[in-house]
Amino acid sequence: MSDIALPLATFSWVSEPLSHEFMRRALFISALVGGVSGLLSCYMTLKGWALMGDAVSHAVMPGVVVAYALGLPFSVGAFVFGVGSVALIGFIKQKSRVKEDTVIGLVFTGFFALGLVLVSKIKSNIDLMHILFGSPLGISNEDLSQTLFIAFMVVALLLVFRRDLMLYCFDPTHARSIGINTVFLHYLLLSALSLTAVVGLQTVGIILVVAMLITPGATAYLLTDRFDRMTLLAIVSSAFSSLLGVYISYWFDIETGGAIVLVQTLIFLIAFLFAPRYGILINKHISSS
Amino acid sequence: MKDNYRSVSLGNCLRIEADQLCVDYNGNVALYDASLDLRSGCICGLVGMNGAGKSTFFKALMGFVRPSRGIIRINGLSLQSAQRAQAVAYVPQNECIDYSFPVSVWDVVMMGRYGSMNSLRIPRESDRKAVFHALERVELNDLRHRPIGTLSGGQRKRTFLARAIAQRASVLLLDEPFNGVDIRTERLMAELFRQFKQEGRSILISTHDLSHVREFCDLVALINKTVLAYGNTSEIFTPENLTMTFGGMPPDLLSGTTSLESPDE
Ligand SMILES: Nc1ncnc2c1ncn2[C@@H]1O[C@H](COP(=O)(O)OP(=O)(O)OP(=O)(O)O)[C@@H](O)[C@H]1O
Ligand SMILES: [Mg+2]
Repeated sequence: MSDIALPLATFSWVSEPLSHEFMRRALFISALVGGVSGLLSCYMTLKGWALMGDAVSHAVMPGVVVAYALGLPFSVGAFVFGVGSVALIGFIKQKSRVKEDTVIGLVFTGFFALGLVLVSKIKSNIDLMHILFGSPLGISNEDLSQTLFIAFMVVALLLVFRRDLMLYCFDPTHARSIGINTVFLHYLLLSALSLTAVVGLQTVGIILVVAMLITPGATAYLLTDRFDRMTLLAIVSSAFSSLLGVYISYWFDIETGGAIVLVQTLIFLIAFLFAPRYGILINKHISSS
Repeated sequence: MKDNYRSVSLGNCLRIEADQLCVDYNGNVALYDASLDLRSGCICGLVGMNGAGKSTFFKALMGFVRPSRGIIRINGLSLQSAQRAQAVAYVPQNECIDYSFPVSVWDVVMMGRYGSMNSLRIPRESDRKAVFHALERVELNDLRHRPIGTLSGGQRKRTFLARAIAQRASVLLLDEPFNGVDIRTERLMAELFRQFKQEGRSILISTHDLSHVREFCDLVALINKTVLAYGNTSEIFTPENLTMTFGGMPPDLLSGTTSLESPDE
């Protein structure tokens, strides 16, 4: 993985870790996953799917376990359970009078509990800690190629349909009235969410993956009023936090997933305080005609 | 303009055919046996009480609620084909959209062009022209870079009208477009509707202001859970019919202040 195009800074702080194969790999995979989830996070925050992101990322847990047990690619199991959980949420919401956020909380904790039980019961070499907290430093070759493949697919889909998805998030009524298939877009976004959750859990783990799916989008949202710029900012801030998080975890010997998400949260706080227009410490912008 | 909708040449074709539509919400009937035909170049007003089913009628025409019975054809096509051909533009009574969305007025109007673009939705020069032109027609060009959330209610209404214009639909479904707009915008919109008519488009408008109906609707449909009466405004828009539509309100109350010809003459 020596072809990573990182700026070859002279600081040993940056370059020293690069001499280790596992670090190059971790940096590469973290930046990649960061970029993908940054892109998706724009849609999650604009569509108001933060809770849904939390739900799906937890619900993929039993899928990962089952897939490992059956010798299938973990992404397949994750995908099935991710989409399945959302279908179940929709079904229960429709058929009962329980409010949506309650149903979401109920379903994802149920799935997550199932995952925990399965991990403890199914004999396999899955490390629960790796699933829960991620382990970008110890990612296997097979997982790496799978992650690459999924990331590429998600990015390609999101880019091809990015205008349609934006319209779908903004005004689904109009999307339908000009003949766009919104059901397809709904499931596309959902699939992207499940797949991103599963690659995200490699770096930060199931518990924190939702942060990757909303924080970059929220940060970018504070910085701009243009959708395209928001997308770009989210991708950049997310990839950057992932890189910085891995470095920090290397140098200070702390948990990687936690470090990545902390950096992301810190960037959000900076935007929250100092964003040009929406930052609370900046003089409120007086609307110029 | 070359890319102006080709349906103009169809002349007196039927833009909207709705035959015996029935809609219910979980068993509560909102509309039954509602039929309406609209030819090209006609403006039709939908008039009825609150809860009479006007918005439901629009939603049924757009396929947003599924009629339990009845047939809809737009420009002689099935609803789906018509929508894919960009034939219908719909401006709902309440845009249920997120006004804090990071899009500008220009972006929103550009969304009217999406259906005519390639699948990557990359605007061509003609799309930009269409958007510019649409914004000009609703006099919003100076606000085109503003985020949608910073507009006033009336300006938002005009933005969505511009989107419908940019779409170049031949059928416009406007649910209470005059709600909350000032007199100037009202004039502007009335003038636009007249132009649309000349361009061969058909417009279905619901409104609570009966003077609008007299002013620019060729046809009127009186609605109360069904189409009570439908036809030329001059024939249908009678005090008796209005009284029937509004559940026994005395005619002088209905046509009092807004009417030109007072009923007791
Ligand atoms: N989503 C819904 N679920 C259940 N009932 C509904 C729904 N939407 C409308 N209705 C009912 O259907 C009837 C027709 O409603 P509709 O919105 O079509 O009236 P309207 O003529 O547009 O009224 P207004 O002038 O107030 O806009 C009303 O009785 C309303 O309560
Ligand atoms: Mg209505």
